[in-house]
Amino acid sequence: MKRSISIAILTVVLVVTIGTIGTHYQSLMVNAQQKSETTEVKIDNFSFAPGTLTVPVGTTVTWTNRDDIPHTAVSTEGAFKSKVMDTDEKFSYKFTKAGTFPYFCSVHPKMTGKVVVQ
Amino acid sequence: MAGKTKDELLHDHNKDGIDRRGFLKCMAWAGTGALCVMQGGVLKSYSLSQMSQMQSKAAGAGELSFVQISDSHMGFNKPANTDVAGTLKAAVDKINGLAAPPEFMLHTGDISHLSKPEEFDTVDQILKGATPKNVFYVPGEHDMLNDDGKQFLERYGKGSKGAGWYSFDKKGVHFIGLVNVLNLKAGGLGTLGHEQLEWMEDDVKHLKPSTPIVVFAHIPLWSVYPEWGWGTEDSAQALAYLKKFGSVTVLNGHIHQTMQKIEGNVTFHTAASTAFPQPQPGKADSPGPMKVPAEQLRSVLGITDVNYVQGQQALAVVDSTLG
Repeated sequence: MKRSISIAILTVVLVVTIGTIGTHYQSLMVNAQQKSETTEVKIDNFSFAPGTLTVPVGTTVTWTNRDDIPHTAVSTEGAFKSKVMDTDEKFSYKFTKAGTFPYFCSVHPKMTGKVVVQ
Repeated sequence: MAGKTKDELLHDHNKDGIDRRGFLKCMAWAGTGALCVMQGGVLKSYSLSQMSQMQSKAAGAGELSFVQISDSHMGFNKPANTDVAGTLKAAVDKINGLAAPPEFMLHTGDISHLSKPEEFDTVDQILKGATPKNVFYVPGEHDMLNDDGKQFLERYGKGSKGAGWYSFDKKGVHFIGLVNVLNLKAGGLGTLGHEQLEWMEDDVKHLKPSTPIVVFAHIPLWSVYPEWGWGTEDSAQALAYLKKFGSVTVLNGHIHQTMQKIEGNVTFHTAASTAFPQPQPGKADSPGPMKVPAEQLRSVLGITDVNYVQGQQALAVVDSTLG
């Protein structure tokens, strides 16, 4: 009888522990996914997506041009300036300071976006 | 206006045959092949078959004929056109077959797709095959990538001012080539800039009002569709300097389709591309290349032939497709 109670308690403890680890693991996965998503800016149909990207200081942001037409990502205030990106070409920039960084495509200036570094 | 053959003047307040308040509109979408000419304040359009008659008339009178090509985008290699060199050659064949041989060509920019030296070289090579040997260029934004136009100026900007603007005279017609693709501001449109505008004001100051004026630049100098950047921020200032002239023809490219608008003394016209078509304003998610079936491609590419007949108010602007 005593033994079966101990087994029952152990089982409950085990289930709870595994459950906790599982939940923790899931939240880790969610964080990882969010992080990888938010450091990418895609250029599609003459627009930057996301239009506003919020990242922590030290993040490297990568722009990828998925249009048939070349584009650039140029900081309005001169913080960064990509070379022209043809289809599927990329440009990366590491944001080491907090602040708001508006940028645009210098070839098609109607295309604008911003990176908020916190 | 499609389908109409003639539009009468709506408001002739100054009794000079020029419609100041309302404006006459004549739009010819790529492939329709229409000619619009204003004579004594009346806009007349002609079909392409009537055009050959007009051309031979103009040639007989010994007037000025020139051709505009635009947006050759050498280096572009995606649908709907993986052979932009082939379609540029077809444009040259078309030019060489015109009834009235043009005296020279205007290229209204986007010569190259990515500003690569070999792209410019290919275009130069193909254009050598054209009967008119003289080509006058203005840059498109694709010709000034990465170097703010240094290479373009070295190749095509001999004798030009500033970022590559200039003027010249041919048979009494004054031509002005403008640059509106540099120093573009976030959220904005094409820009001429203060320095160029000042130069232009000075350039036209001493001309007689009867001098026919042709202005050519890459991005339209009228507001075609600002949402897609199809316009020029400070074009109103440039046009203000041209108010005193009886005949002003503005030739642009950039939007890869033919479009025409007549406002008072000014005829605005955009040329087709020799490389790929773009959608009509607002008719797609973006102004990116329009994909058309291979057999239709040449019907949406083209050249623009311009004839000046002395004594007529406006220059005759004729679009013809490559196939």
